[in-house]
Amino acid sequence: MSRALHQFGRSALGWLLPAVLLAGWEGASRAGLIPANVLPAPSAVGEAFWKLLWSGELIENIRISTLRALSGFVIGGAIGFSLGLANGLSALSRELTDTTLQMIRNIPHLALIPLVILWFGIDEQAKLFLVALGVFFPIYVNTLLGIQGVDPQLVEMGRIYGMSRTELFLRVILPGALPSIFVGLRYALGIMWLTLIVAETISASSGLGYMAMQAREFLLIDVVVLSILIYALLGKLADSLARFLERISLQWHPAFQTV
Amino acid sequence: MTAATITARQSFTVPIALTYTSRPKGELAFSFRNVAKQFGGKAVLQGINLDVHEGQFVAVIGKSGCGKSTLLRLLAGLDKPTSGELVHGSGTHDHKRTRIMFQEPRLLPWARVARNVEVGLTGIEKGDVARKKGLEILAEVGLDDRGGEWPSVLSGGQRQRVALARALVGHPSILALDEPLGALDALTRIEMQQLLERIWLAKKFTAVLVTHDVTEAVALADRVVVIDSGRIALDLDIPVERPRRHASPELAFFERQILDRLYNR
Ligand SMILES: Nc1ncnc2c1ncn2[C@@H]1O[C@H](COP(=O)(O)OP(=O)(O)OP(=O)(O)O)[C@@H](O)[C@H]1O
Ligand SMILES: [Mg+2]
Repeated sequence: MSRALHQFGRSALGWLLPAVLLAGWEGASRAGLIPANVLPAPSAVGEAFWKLLWSGELIENIRISTLRALSGFVIGGAIGFSLGLANGLSALSRELTDTTLQMIRNIPHLALIPLVILWFGIDEQAKLFLVALGVFFPIYVNTLLGIQGVDPQLVEMGRIYGMSRTELFLRVILPGALPSIFVGLRYALGIMWLTLIVAETISASSGLGYMAMQAREFLLIDVVVLSILIYALLGKLADSLARFLERISLQWHPAFQTV
Repeated sequence: MTAATITARQSFTVPIALTYTSRPKGELAFSFRNVAKQFGGKAVLQGINLDVHEGQFVAVIGKSGCGKSTLLRLLAGLDKPTSGELVHGSGTHDHKRTRIMFQEPRLLPWARVARNVEVGLTGIEKGDVARKKGLEILAEVGLDDRGGEWPSVLSGGQRQRVALARALVGHPSILALDEPLGALDALTRIEMQQLLERIWLAKKFTAVLVTHDVTEAVALADRVVVIDSGRIALDLDIPVERPRRHASPELAFFERQILDRLYNR
């Protein structure tokens, strides 16, 4: 009990500084030190939050943005993961595709926005394409690295003990590559939100980025700040989820053993 | 050689010859017939002729890089000889019955100890039977209560014992050991040697132990093979009754003979 309390105290400590900052911000706004058209008070942002929440607009936009982010992630992630596996396991596949992929990797995917708008207009495909492309590389590179980094002595051990190719993959190669794959996953989640924000801000007719841009046109600065905060929150949420999965699947790893 | 050492030799050879009852030789476990192995044109092993009988404990000694690991890898079927052939006895038709244990334990860090042992039953047993056999063998190496741990929390000696359990759980007829105790401290080494001997006596498999440690070789083996420049330089029986006492004069006598051969004295 006291231990739980202690842990709670520890994590509460981390929230102390943001709380103080928030209170200071509110105070400064009320005292007129920060003009409302530069940065609205937290209470104003809170009000905007309630208003948008009740109108259903906020939920709808979050839903659309999340859906976009996840679909792009699934598409890009699946392709990246499969290619990473293929190139990690087969030298032929690696020689065939890796150089090309590494070359493409050097193009910042956001630089493709003008081209993507020309190809897809401001349709859903444009956003899906950008997010998928952004997510693809961290997943691909880290899956490949993870597989190449699996201890060859363990693979040899698996062979000696007569593991079939499938068993070898499931019991030795994949678990060995998993820490690296998780690094890629968390990195990809960051890129996923970043790409979506940029894409929605530039060209969209719905979603959080669109909401922020609309608000900017009508000078609703509290809504702009609110969208930014929600983006941050969603990003944090995705990262926490990934960390949680990581902790569960890497229990064996000394870095995750908390006994 | 001084007169003193000569008399010392004689005084030892006689009692040993009288008390040692040589065990009957069983069937052939494996036989290297004029085996040579090259890596990229460089001869690592040449003209290796070695017959080992079932249940024999053979130690292989040699300087670093002389080809001991290569010999074991050939035996375990991990590599093929460049020329010559390796014949397995009737009891050991396939390489599945040959297990190899390395200097590193090579445990899967992401599998609990018990699951690691069950790897040794791949293609032999599954499910509950495998689980039961795994726990039994863990008990034999003195780790009955550690089955649920991650390998990372075990000590070096304990990890090596898990590796031994994994190698033994499938009842190999030949166990090849490539310096399995090399990385352990002196005290743990002796403990592991005793464990190894006890299990070997109980299970009656053929053991081939590669080691740098001449004392270890004469303490454990029925027969010591010295490899020098890719050839068998000495093939010596150690006719000393078990249980053997560490650093006893008889063992010291054989140890000296091997060291002399190793350093061409
Ligand atoms: N796969 C390989 N390719 C090329 N050369 C090899 C290979 N394996 C072994 N060798 C060479 O063969 C020689 C013998 O190697 P081996 O590993 O059998 O020695 P060792 O007697 O086990 O030495 P140590 O006691 O240091 O373990 C070495 O010179 C080594 O460089
Ligand atoms: Mg070696």
